[in-house]
Amino acid sequence: MHPPEPPAPAARPRLGVFKFASCDGCQLTLLDCEDELLALAAEVDIAHFAEASSDAAPGPYDLALVEGSVSTPEHLDRVRRIRAESRHLVTIGACATAGGVQALRNYADVEEYLATVYAHPEYIATLATSTPISAHVRVDFELRGCPIDRGQLLEVITAFLSGRKPGIANHSVCFACKRRGNVCVTVAHGTPCLGPVTHAGCGALCPTYGRGCYGCFGPAATTNLPALIPVLHRDGMDDEDIGRFLHTFNVADFTAVEARGPGVTGKEGTE
Amino acid sequence: MTSPAESRPRDGGIEAVLDRSGLAALVTALQHRGRTVIGPTVRDGAIVLDELDSATALPYGWGVELEAGTYRLVRRDDGAAFSHSAGPQSWKSFLHPERVRQWSADRGPGGGLTVREERPQAVSYAFLGVRPCDLRAIRILDLVMAGGRYPDPAYLSRRTGAFLIAVECTEPGATCFCVSMGTGPAADAGYDLALTEVVDDDGHRFLCRSGTEEGADVLAELPRRAADDATRTAAVLGVRAAADRMGRSMPPVDLRTLMRDTLEAERWDDVTARCLSCGNCTMVCPTCFCTTTEDVTDLTGDHAERWRRWDSCYDLDFSLLHGGPVRSSPRSRYRQWLTHKLGTWHDQFDSSGCVGCGRCIVWCPTGIDLTEEAHALHREASGSQDAP
Repeated sequence: MHPPEPPAPAARPRLGVFKFASCDGCQLTLLDCEDELLALAAEVDIAHFAEASSDAAPGPYDLALVEGSVSTPEHLDRVRRIRAESRHLVTIGACATAGGVQALRNYADVEEYLATVYAHPEYIATLATSTPISAHVRVDFELRGCPIDRGQLLEVITAFLSGRKPGIANHSVCFACKRRGNVCVTVAHGTPCLGPVTHAGCGALCPTYGRGCYGCFGPAATTNLPALIPVLHRDGMDDEDIGRFLHTFNVADFTAVEARGPGVTGKEGTE
Repeated sequence: MTSPAESRPRDGGIEAVLDRSGLAALVTALQHRGRTVIGPTVRDGAIVLDELDSATALPYGWGVELEAGTYRLVRRDDGAAFSHSAGPQSWKSFLHPERVRQWSADRGPGGGLTVREERPQAVSYAFLGVRPCDLRAIRILDLVMAGGRYPDPAYLSRRTGAFLIAVECTEPGATCFCVSMGTGPAADAGYDLALTEVVDDDGHRFLCRSGTEEGADVLAELPRRAADDATRTAAVLGVRAAADRMGRSMPPVDLRTLMRDTLEAERWDDVTARCLSCGNCTMVCPTCFCTTTEDVTDLTGDHAERWRRWDSCYDLDFSLLHGGPVRSSPRSRYRQWLTHKLGTWHDQFDSSGCVGCGRCIVWCPTGIDLTEEAHALHREASGSQDAP
């Protein structure tokens, strides 16, 4: 009689990293986790990560990190396939969570854009809108930022590995700015800053270096943009400036709360 | 060394006059006693609190112009070091830091858990330039953090033995209202040393009196001269004049009753329209103490830590219970903050939570002024149209 086989080591959870319409900066954040990459590779099987390796293994995946917005007809099918193959799906970055800067097209004539940009627009297959992944499939967690924060990405991966809720705050950048001991750039310098309405997560990076927040993490869980507009006016912005200030990487999310008074943004929590 | 220069001030300590070199010697003497000296200094266009290497880092010749939602550093030609009012931080940042590890745990190879309680390392602080309003704020924090059955070890490790040098107020800001709250501009108790800065034809000097034995010991080490009547008079008049120059005031009513009786006032809707729920007022408040816990694990899942970090009643998640946040509307969150600060704080800690420093007025991006809100609530409650 043979001795029993030693138990096989538990299979590591399989990680897939996928990209839609985006600049690749958010998945690059994963490669930027230089000090933690070996530890991460020990805990997960990086099965699909085109930016790191051309050796792409098929699903299913335990955790899919999805970057980019749904922007082409081909994306519509692909996002559903990835969802079907993934136990948990986490979207990373402003393109995936809000449609990205390319969602500016949602407020313009896409045919006109095509004719202006491309010599042969007939070669281009595009949708009229750029939309977040959550507009198409169920998403387990949305990690904000343009790009995302390295520490927050590790926290989200770690949380999913241990089956707990990610410790990601939904409050404003001001919380982080004050906790860091910064002097408020709006109050002390008269610098326009979107910190009071912007989702924390960057560690108040821009105000720490003396410039105003430009909202790259999108709206906080609760905003009151109409109350901030007079402050931006006071600090030298006209309506056109404010429009440009708000309509960048998270144009769709800021547009959704632009005219809305005090209350939750609808992305988190309930009123 | 000077000849014995102590005289008896009204409260039984010793009293002397320091000049600028005496103040410099004070910082050095505290450092020699192993103290980390924290005081006001100029950084990033504001007078912040930071560790002082020497008294030369003090904001000599700097003042501030304050209004609701606005703070500007301005040059002064009198060279004064303490002619400024509250800045963007308070002593809370040092006594009750924004993030503290409480315990950590490791899972061993056999699956057994080892939990280690955090033993905070004691810090020996000296705080130079504590305003009377902030002195009161520290007393309030003492009660909140260390007064109950379960004193907070992290707070105690920083607060125990901290050497407090109060500086009485002679230059209140436009957003100050310590007189309304009964906390200043004179320092009454709770300090080791109290300074009053005097700048006049007789020169730049500090009337210094001790409030504790250690304060008297430190003062006795410093180059100083005997307190003279001219300096005493100038100091008293300076503080008295400050009391008459408060930029703000509270309505002359019992604020606790006012808060209790105006919970459904229309004014709450008015202020909510201006409130960003950004949390700045609570972060700069010298007595706001609320925290949340943050549990973190490493990638292996075998190491976990519990951290405590500052939170705020403006955070939607602060009142998150099963099923959703209790205070989901911004109106309910603003009302919670103000009614707690001015009203229910009395029930909880037997004092007001507000010391009249005006920080929440200055550092609110939209300039919400709690004194204006209190006046408006009072007007609405009494049906009067009186201006504040």
